[in-house]
Amino acid sequence: MTVVLETIDLTKRFAGIVAANNIALRIARGARHALIGPNGAGKTTLINLLTGVQRPTSGRILLDGEDISGLPTHERVGRGIVRTFQINQLFGDLTPLETLGLAVSERRGQGLDWWRIVGTRPDLITEAVEILERFRLTDVINERTAVLPYGKQRLLEIAVAIACRPRVLLLDEPAAGVPEDERHEILRAVAALPADVTVLLIEHDMDIVFSFADRISVLVSGALFAEGTPEEIARDPRVKAVYLGEEIVDA
Amino acid sequence: MTTPPSAVRSATEWLSARARWQPLEGLFWFSAFAAVFLFPERHLILTEIAWLGLFALSLDLILGYAGIISLGHAAFFGVGAYTAALLAKHEIINEPVLALLASGLVAMALGFVTSFLVLRGSDLTRLMVTLGVALLLRELANSFGWLTGGADGLQGVTIKPVFGIFRFDMFGHTGYVYSLSVLFILFLIARRLVNSPFGLSLLAVKGNPLRASAIGVSVDARMVAIYTVAAGYAGIAGALLAQTTAFASLEVFSFDRSADLLLVLIIGGAGYLYGGLIGAIIFKFMQDYLSVLTPQYWPFWIGLVLVVIVLVGRDRITTWTAPIRLFAARLDWRTFARREAAASKDQCQ
Repeated sequence: MTVVLETIDLTKRFAGIVAANNIALRIARGARHALIGPNGAGKTTLINLLTGVQRPTSGRILLDGEDISGLPTHERVGRGIVRTFQINQLFGDLTPLETLGLAVSERRGQGLDWWRIVGTRPDLITEAVEILERFRLTDVINERTAVLPYGKQRLLEIAVAIACRPRVLLLDEPAAGVPEDERHEILRAVAALPADVTVLLIEHDMDIVFSFADRISVLVSGALFAEGTPEEIARDPRVKAVYLGEEIVDA
Repeated sequence: MTTPPSAVRSATEWLSARARWQPLEGLFWFSAFAAVFLFPERHLILTEIAWLGLFALSLDLILGYAGIISLGHAAFFGVGAYTAALLAKHEIINEPVLALLASGLVAMALGFVTSFLVLRGSDLTRLMVTLGVALLLRELANSFGWLTGGADGLQGVTIKPVFGIFRFDMFGHTGYVYSLSVLFILFLIARRLVNSPFGLSLLAVKGNPLRASAIGVSVDARMVAIYTVAAGYAGIAGALLAQTTAFASLEVFSFDRSADLLLVLIIGGAGYLYGGLIGAIIFKFMQDYLSVLTPQYWPFWIGLVLVVIVLVGRDRITTWTAPIRLFAARLDWRTFARREAAASKDQCQ
């Protein structure tokens, strides 16, 4: 197994609280890795540390063996660590097409191009449209994002991240808040993610976790509590104890 | 999966739609230049409108596009005005256009340095920081009286002819053509800029900085860039004032000027480039008309208009002119013709 993303003794302390406690996480290239844990276990803190939204108190983050702990968010994106958000973080006044066009042009390093009119690079537009088609967003391609149905916005969340060509994609509860009848669209999109993209999925819904992941890490009180294949995790009595009252699917 | 070329074609259309010239825009600039011949007796106030419009355009670049609010934009205006006046007075750069560019560059340098102060914090922080910078500069200009003339202003400035040919006259004829031309050129550049990928990234930074950085945009760098450019625009506006009046005084830095500017932009609407220009027209003519009618109380009426606009616009204050723009877009016969053509083509297939 080649490790693509690794954390070494990653620790984050807020006043009096240890949100991340000596986390040593190793994610294999091409993995479908899920991160689960009860509310307040520090899952979102871990994502914020990985993406550079927050700085660790101590510890290091390695991407392909290279220390990226000191890099700001946008530079980590440039190196391939891209995330989606649990609560939609989209550009309400832009259309999905503009959003994707922007993401693609930024990835290509053309974001400082201030003389060219948007929409004059056919290859860029083709790529943006192709991604929107893949996520079945072509019917709303020219609508204001703010007025899109919630499910479409969730799809756009993932589509924008894909436009950044991630090496490691951090999916923060992609199906959160999506109504039951639109859920399968999200699951289909997540299942259809390119195989060469390593995925770290943060999820509460055990159906999604066990149908998607080939490896699961359990986070409790800011520390890694257990790790293994879905079968191992499903059998682990300690995990069951943590999730007392919550149902774990028999794998 | 292969993408049909028609989908790419219409996507190209939609993406470049923002940048397409509307007939109303043509009418606007045609009228502005026609005023050179039609209203020669109004050239003085039209000159004022031109530099105020440019000044407001500058604020629109940071407020309407990048979401940076400022209550001290006069800092850059003032620095531009004093630079132009000093360059002329000491005959360092005699040609007005070159002096104008130099003034813009000095203002840009100041904009770059102070941009780092507006990167962090809330709108309130930014209001206070920008206000502080403008006050600071005013006091600096006041205390360096040997250079700036202090409270008396910079006297004895003579502006040489533009390109060595066109002499400034007391009726403002040269002044208006000169100011309007500068405004038009800088407007074209700004129009290009906001419709570029860079401009789109500014809207992203304004709309959601968290997501903007999550798609690889360096939010801070973009803010520094647009703040610097806007400072240059404001500096050139100030230089236009100094050159067309052959005078600069401490008043160029005043708080009133920054506050009026915000008013001008809000009257016209932020975020579509014409807001500042339209606001400048309304503001100046209202000021002109009302100050004749009620010399002491004209600010009352300006205040009333402002309150009405805010009430009508509510929280969408920056977009109260949106219906007019929608209407203008619908008026665009080219869009219409293209839509028709696309529809008939679809039927053929």
